[in-house]
Amino acid sequence: MSTATLSPTEAVTVPRARRAHRPRLPGQKPFAPLRVTAFVILALLAIGWLLPFLWAVATAFKTETDAASGDPSWVGATGITGDAFTAILSQGNVYVWAWNSLITSIAITVITVAISAGAAYAFSRLDFRGRRWLFVVIIASIVVPPQVLIIPLFYEMLAFNLVDTHGGLILPQVVAPAMVFILKKFFDAVPIELEDAARVDGAGRFRIFWSIVLPLSRPILASVAIFVFIGAWNNFLWPFLVINDTTLMTLPVGLQTVISAYGVQYAQVMAQAVLAALPLIIVFIIFQKQIVKGVATSGFGGQ
Amino acid sequence: MTTTASTRAVVTGRKSTTPLRAAGVQRREQLVSWTFLAPFLITFALFLIWPIVHGIYLSFTDQSLTGAGGGFVGFANYAEALVDPIMWQSMWNTVWFTLLSTVPLVAIALLMAALVDRGLPGQWLWRLSFFMPYLLASTVISQIWVWIFNPQIGAANNILGALGLEPIAWLQNPDTNMLSIVIATIWWTVGFNFLLYLAAMQNIPSQQYEAASLDGAGAWRRFWSITLPQLGPATVLILILQILASLKLFDQAYQMLGGVASDTTRSIVQYIYEAGFVNYRFGYSAAISYVFFAIIVIVGVAQALVTRRKKEL
Repeated sequence: MSTATLSPTEAVTVPRARRAHRPRLPGQKPFAPLRVTAFVILALLAIGWLLPFLWAVATAFKTETDAASGDPSWVGATGITGDAFTAILSQGNVYVWAWNSLITSIAITVITVAISAGAAYAFSRLDFRGRRWLFVVIIASIVVPPQVLIIPLFYEMLAFNLVDTHGGLILPQVVAPAMVFILKKFFDAVPIELEDAARVDGAGRFRIFWSIVLPLSRPILASVAIFVFIGAWNNFLWPFLVINDTTLMTLPVGLQTVISAYGVQYAQVMAQAVLAALPLIIVFIIFQKQIVKGVATSGFGGQ
Repeated sequence: MTTTASTRAVVTGRKSTTPLRAAGVQRREQLVSWTFLAPFLITFALFLIWPIVHGIYLSFTDQSLTGAGGGFVGFANYAEALVDPIMWQSMWNTVWFTLLSTVPLVAIALLMAALVDRGLPGQWLWRLSFFMPYLLASTVISQIWVWIFNPQIGAANNILGALGLEPIAWLQNPDTNMLSIVIATIWWTVGFNFLLYLAAMQNIPSQQYEAASLDGAGAWRRFWSITLPQLGPATVLILILQILASLKLFDQAYQMLGGVASDTTRSIVQYIYEAGFVNYRFGYSAAISYVFFAIIVIVGVAQALVTRRKKEL
């Protein structure tokens, strides 16, 4: 990447040269007492934060009797077993729910990013009647908590015959005014000269948007997409309300029906929790840098 | 140079030199603009604006999920909500949860970020440990914490036992169930605030630390005089985001109690859900929604005023 293409990106996501972490200062000893104390506190915090998950993993590998015994040891008296996982996976529904979660989350992410980017570009670069007040309305709507709208939205889904369909699950989740705001701020910082040059060459607005603006905006688009995807993957309330058919449920909603039914089988419940958590943990380990940056940028509302 | 000027004119909406051509260009520009906007605006109107408007209408009716009712009842739902003890209890529970959760969620996140930003070895591991829970669905964290808080076999009581303390019926006891939800929530979502703080800290130029260090400032001194003051705007933002998120409590509180309504944990969103989808009273549920919405707007306006004053200072 040349510096020319990097600059608009840098301008918004990385206002100043961002350092990975604070460099060691001159005269600072690697084993200074304060540094060691900081390390110990950090390690204790990290252990505290990992423990609940490690307990869950340990329990998932116990037999049901060991899991219910209350014995706090990491390995159950009867040893390690994968029975809980086999039991969960043989029920079949977990795969269906994971698949439903995946396709609906991808659909929500793609649609949200596409329509928000289009609108953001119009607000950033184009001139049309009502531009200013329309933008004000969209910004103001950021404060509306989606939870407030569950009754009228459900009513609307009944009217559209979308209750118990993935359409009904997806559509209300694609409206993200905050993402329009973040993307508009980014597009504002893309140098207009690049577009002007393309216009001289006879490129239309759609062409410019597709082959100049979008490629330049890849980092911010990825950041918004990651943010939307995590939200969609973990959303509980709306999928819980709009889907009743077991075969259409997403992972969070489906798993919830199973705990209510088999609440006492702790090893199986923990095996489920571990299985459901695994995909996102793997994704996080692989894309840690992008996710950290994406959450920081979108989480702050692009500020 | 002239072409650049004319395209700029179109972009900014200024009149071009030839009026006739300018009119055509402008009409085309309008058309293009609305094509870019249409997909977003249609979903925005259908799934945000229309529900807001229709919800207001519903809140003045006795509409039920079963289709019965639907007559106009004026302010009856609002009048009922304002004297409904369960509504006020849910409102108080929500505020109580927000008070209990916000301070630790911001303070622990700051501590984590300050320690990780020191550049100690194991960056990858720290980020993973603190942020990973945030990636888990509410169902998963609820399952894990229901098990930890199990009074007979749970890890929480094992720890209390090891410290020589009496076991607690965490989620079953109305005195401790909200606290249990707060603990689980801190574990679950602190990583988000941690990342925001870390990003804010990494924007502070390292030259400032180097300069301070050369002047003989120790680690504490550098943190108090360089890091903390520059985190002001980030802290305000994190605090506001956290309050708004905490006020929307539902998922984990509902699931950790197994969907059972408890007077000490029922949040306002849960009461909206119960009124609408358990008692089938859509009209009443919509009215409570707008009472809640009003509170969110008040918090939002207060936030805007505070941040504006900060900027003036």
